[in-house]
Amino acid sequence: MTGASALMAWPVIIPLLGAVLALLVGRPAVRLIAGVTSVATLSASAVLAWEVAHRGVLRQSIGGWGVPLGIEWRADGLAVLMLLTIALVGSLTSVHALDHLPDREDREFLPLWLLVWCALNALVLSADAFNLYVTLELTTLGAVALIAVRRDLPGLDGGLRYLLFALPGSLCYLLGIALLYGAYAALDVGLLAERVQPGPVTWVAAALVTVGLCLKTPLFPLHVWLPPTYAGAPTPVTALLSALISKGSYYVLFRLWMEVFAPVMDAQVAQLLGLLGAAAVIWGSLLALLQSQLKRVVAYSSVAQIGYMFLVFPMATEDARAGAIYLVVSHAAAKASMFVAVGNIHQAVGITALGGVQGLAGRMPFTFLALGLGGISLIGIPPSGGFIAKWLLLNASIATGQWWWGVVLLVGSLLSAAYVFRILRGSFLPLPEGVTVRAIPLGNELAPFALALIALVLGLVPWFPLDLLAVGAAR
Amino acid sequence: MKNTWLPMCVLLSSLLPGLIIFLLSEEARRTRTVLNLTAAATKLLLTAAMAWGVFQGRQYETRVSFFPNADLVLRADSFSLLFITLSAVLWFVTTIYAVGYLEGTGHRSRFFGFFSLCVASTMGIALAGNLLTFFLFYEMLTLSTYPLVIHRGTKEALRAGNVYLRYTLSGATLLLAGVVLLYTLAGTVEFTERGALSAVSGHRTELVVAFGLLIGGLAVKAALVPFHGWLPVAMVAPAPVSALLHAVAVVKAGAFGITRVIYDVYGVYLVHDLGVTRPLAVVAAITILYGSLKALQQGDLKRRLAYSTVSQVAYIVLGISIFGTVSTIGGLVHLVHQGVMKITLFFCAGNYAEELHLHRVKELRGVGRRMPLTTAAFTIAALGMIGIPPVAGFITKWYLGIGALEANEPWLVVVLLVSSLLNAGYFLPIVYSAWFQAPREDWKPSTRPRGWEIGWALLFPTVVTAVLSVAAGLFAGAELSPLGWTRLITDREFRP
Repeated sequence: MTGASALMAWPVIIPLLGAVLALLVGRPAVRLIAGVTSVATLSASAVLAWEVAHRGVLRQSIGGWGVPLGIEWRADGLAVLMLLTIALVGSLTSVHALDHLPDREDREFLPLWLLVWCALNALVLSADAFNLYVTLELTTLGAVALIAVRRDLPGLDGGLRYLLFALPGSLCYLLGIALLYGAYAALDVGLLAERVQPGPVTWVAAALVTVGLCLKTPLFPLHVWLPPTYAGAPTPVTALLSALISKGSYYVLFRLWMEVFAPVMDAQVAQLLGLLGAAAVIWGSLLALLQSQLKRVVAYSSVAQIGYMFLVFPMATEDARAGAIYLVVSHAAAKASMFVAVGNIHQAVGITALGGVQGLAGRMPFTFLALGLGGISLIGIPPSGGFIAKWLLLNASIATGQWWWGVVLLVGSLLSAAYVFRILRGSFLPLPEGVTVRAIPLGNELAPFALALIALVLGLVPWFPLDLLAVGAAR
Repeated sequence: MKNTWLPMCVLLSSLLPGLIIFLLSEEARRTRTVLNLTAAATKLLLTAAMAWGVFQGRQYETRVSFFPNADLVLRADSFSLLFITLSAVLWFVTTIYAVGYLEGTGHRSRFFGFFSLCVASTMGIALAGNLLTFFLFYEMLTLSTYPLVIHRGTKEALRAGNVYLRYTLSGATLLLAGVVLLYTLAGTVEFTERGALSAVSGHRTELVVAFGLLIGGLAVKAALVPFHGWLPVAMVAPAPVSALLHAVAVVKAGAFGITRVIYDVYGVYLVHDLGVTRPLAVVAAITILYGSLKALQQGDLKRRLAYSTVSQVAYIVLGISIFGTVSTIGGLVHLVHQGVMKITLFFCAGNYAEELHLHRVKELRGVGRRMPLTTAAFTIAALGMIGIPPVAGFITKWYLGIGALEANEPWLVVVLLVSSLLNAGYFLPIVYSAWFQAPREDWKPSTRPRGWEIGWALLFPTVVTAVLSVAAGLFAGAELSPLGWTRLITDREFRP
């Protein structure tokens, strides 16, 4: 454990320390702790990303125990890109949350969020299937507490729904890796990749792992918990859930599927995952079009966007993988930005219906710029990260001769344009009579804008994340 | 040696002012106007410098890396300059017009911000050096015109905006599919004279499918039948927006794109070999006739002009889809001619609506006496549209007709003649009644000093573009006239 490899510990340790400190110190220094921890974790992630970009993949054995007994951490391009995303999106969203939530809740919000951050970072860096399970569990439990942080009925209800789906998900996953361990005596992802053979045990294990992770992410038709949970949670928490926490389970699935299962699975299974993804795109978009509550439109949009991410499995080329991860990253920024903007609108006019945006664009320009830029990224119109992702996936669909996934992508983006502009166009109408607009602090206005700028920049300089992603990527 | 910064500057000269204008407060009227006009003037100068350079054979290219294996390229070739010069000149006059037209209305920062972004996208489209760059700016154009279309914020405007988005985003989807298909087939497709794909062998089916997707996508903005439905609806936008939409920005972006695809992506010889231009010529011919027939039925002046645009833009497509240098010249030069004449007509319609609240064709009786300069400008542009010399439209029709005969497609001459008759049918009655009939009712007396028929900010652009329409026809023989420049382009494209 020397030099560069030791850097891997910091993105996990710093938020953990911050969480403990926030619990102990409490109210007076909450903002200070939030600020310092965010900046420190962001810097640690950036330094690690720099090292990986210049030196290649880093590995580290915790406590000096190497494979196959101990816990291994691995930082490749994909992992550090996720670290950076979590750090940037997470810190901007949580800073906004501290202004948005009432006093009592932000005392509890901050330690919980920092704990989730720590767990997510550890998850991203984990290189063995069991460690992935532990960090995934930590994330889930932290998320449940975050959803219910307001202790009101919608929040408790949402938290419970999430828990009821996530726990069976964890059990399925655990069973799956137990089977794998029994059959191949390995938990390390790299070792598993070398040892797995096609056969009933592998297939059952893969099915369990996949179903478990699809429950948490969630993939259509297992998404039924998502809309009420997203709608019931406090808006900044919804932003974190949709942007980052749901990506944790997707990341595990992506890793295991691409590195371990893909070579030994029947192509039909991958097609099935793609099919469910396509169904999610269509179903989620159509339902987003039918919603009358602003927050639910954005929530159903997440169902659809997650669907796109599953189109990678049947294609699985280098372009497709880059496209899926690019979507994960740009969706994180764009969706967080949109949820936070929706939170601002609720705060300003107290209307949760879609019509609440009427005439507000002039009063809250940055909030609406954020909605617009975020929406453009969701649709996949350039310049935005969403466009780059769509471009890469489209290329893959044509290059692999599976043009029907391309059609799904294109139809999906038309549907998403329909629901995004359904939100945006209202802002050009005059302000209705009798509506008073409360002033929003400038910081709250700038947070979603900054998030949307990330989605925009992802569309302007795509070579940077794509180069990073190529470090240590399986060919 | 290549000049690498000038294309970027041309783009930034409208992008940056647009972004700054968003930040200005609504009351900062003077600052905004000065910024707008300075930017427009700067762009004119930069364009002139670049045009002179290209004429002398210099090369201008800005290239930045985008994907690991694809660049964003801004390149000024002779064809981009045709479009840029048109946009720069018309943007300048339209800015003056818009400042006058929107005097005293709300949301002007938003309007001029998106207005500048719209022009920046047009510049990007003109300068795009490959299909990917073209697509980026093409989408940006859709996004920046949408707020202009729904600017008034009425129910009707929002509905028009929906229709506009439905058409253009569907078109962009087809276009994207085509771009990706070509990209996987041939890598980054750079626009090159005589066609980048001419070296690709085989893949005929894929090439035809990609051509269909690309042209289908572009045809939406170019308003070819049956993709024209958005254009008459988008008429609810303020007059300067309609003027810009019809003359420079949106429909021209479509026509420009189709030209790029035929000449610089596929190459004339390849499209001819694939046999895909003939169906396109038929679609264009149908559009020409259909647009004119519909225009004849419209009682609303702006809607009549809109259908006239549907018909006139199809001339461009017709010209470039007939194989041969003469018809190509006719098509390309109409890109400029139609722009100058159509913007004049829209300025006039805006003047009538602004000063006397005249919107319907019938209400224009006797308006010539009250607003002589505006009506004179209208007359010139209308005669040009019909194809009467010496106005620019005559040159177009002459070249198209000769080109059709040269390509051995005499039926197209019939189409041109019928269309000219129809043009006369919907323009001449307006001209006649405006000059020679007595007004139906008494208009409120003018309150303007010294007999001005309308504010100078509205009158000046109208007169300038009318003069340009005549000048483009009169001096067509000059080397730097639109026609002369088009010959230069065509020579380079057809050089074997």
